[in-house]
Amino acid sequence: MKKYAYFLGCITPNRYPGIELATRRVLEEFGIEVLDMKGASCCPAPGIFGSFDLWTWLVVAARNISIAEEMGIDITMTCNGCYATIQEANHLLKGNNELKRKVNNVLKTVGREYKGTIRVKHVIEILDEEIGYETIRKRIRRPLKGIKVAVHYGCHFLKPSDIRKHGTAERPIVLDDLVRTLGAESVNYRDKMMCCGAGGGVRAGNLDIALDYTREKIENMVDAGADCLITPCAFCHFQFDTGQVELTGRLGRKYELPVVFMTQLLGLALGMSPEGVGLHKNRTQIRSSTEKLP
Amino acid sequence: MDVVRDVAFAFANEVIKSGSRIFPRGELERFKMCIQCGTCVGSCPSGRRTAWRVRKIFEETRLGIKEEVLSDDDLWNCTTCYTCQERCPRGVRTTDIVRIIRNLAVKYGYIKSSHRRVCEILFRYGHAVPVNDEIRKIRKDLGLAEVPPTVHRYPEGLEEFLKLVSQTGFKKMVEESTK
Repeated sequence: MKKYAYFLGCITPNRYPGIELATRRVLEEFGIEVLDMKGASCCPAPGIFGSFDLWTWLVVAARNISIAEEMGIDITMTCNGCYATIQEANHLLKGNNELKRKVNNVLKTVGREYKGTIRVKHVIEILDEEIGYETIRKRIRRPLKGIKVAVHYGCHFLKPSDIRKHGTAERPIVLDDLVRTLGAESVNYRDKMMCCGAGGGVRAGNLDIALDYTREKIENMVDAGADCLITPCAFCHFQFDTGQVELTGRLGRKYELPVVFMTQLLGLALGMSPEGVGLHKNRTQIRSSTEKLP
Repeated sequence: MDVVRDVAFAFANEVIKSGSRIFPRGELERFKMCIQCGTCVGSCPSGRRTAWRVRKIFEETRLGIKEEVLSDDDLWNCTTCYTCQERCPRGVRTTDIVRIIRNLAVKYGYIKSSHRRVCEILFRYGHAVPVNDEIRKIRKDLGLAEVPPTVHRYPEGLEEFLKLVSQTGFKKMVEESTK
């Protein structure tokens, strides 16, 4: 059984544990086991803590990577923020011995060392490259026929594209293909590649601005007839799900497009119940999508 | 003229030098090649709704009006979406430069009080968003471990984390920032 170290980060375990449950169950279904990274901390978040002190951001990221190195397995995660930090830190340190030496000088004060021996993969990459959509297609027990899904990629899975190396950041297809693999329809919508609004410390520092992004994106998805949206990022998921509750309270108009994490949608297609993938713990109502399920 | 030019680039050079502790210096030097074309601002979702203008901040940085740049509250309205960096025709690492300028803003004491609070949470829990009673209950309902296997469950991990953020000087810098 192939094993990955599951870097949980903050939002997945501490706000949306349904994402953690769905991801563990879905990967297990395909013979992939995810193991705990004992004592891992905040990644630290690339936009906010990277904006405060990049040196600390790198050192703490290197400590987190060193936990998986001790386990001897590659890292995966369900948050684009965590992915951005851990992937970029690994990229920077693998490519610069002098930087690695400086970071290790600090890490050795806590008895740790960054070696550069593992790879970092977003859970999307495991599904797309390791399991493969053809294998996934064969295992679908409940095709999501008739469901219109608005895909939100989130910025940091794709960008900066020269470091992430997932091809175009303007017209990606990997998640749209997943949606189609599950039997659902991926709807196009205005400004599909726009940010959710949460990153860079904007959610913490200026909630009104962050929510204005969210409002615009949700309205564009609804205008396109979406039944739900999916994200591959716990922080985008948080911003859309909790953000719609906040928007409803502020604007006096209902924002209630169901927010579904990509592994939760996959779990449904594999025949798991909505509760079995933790959908009932999201704040947005899921009824409008799930009542379409056969 | 030469003297004026030296003065003007002093701050831009400080930005590049600060960033090159982390990023390859050659990539950051491209910042000086900005031609003020405005592709960044035209691509910016924050610029549609705030007064944040990447191009303006970059030109001000090159002009060396440091205090104006570092104290500008709009500097904190970038969500780091990287759209401008992807599209910059001169290959400027725009979003990275923004993060580096923000690092200097924090270093010189310009940190928002809401951001200082996020740091205080991080320094206490090792998570920017820590678990709470409601989530512990949800975790249990879902059949997951009530306390996640992170620094939340392993105090020795939290101790390592706290040592590192002290070692780098970050904790002290945030605690002493009062502007």
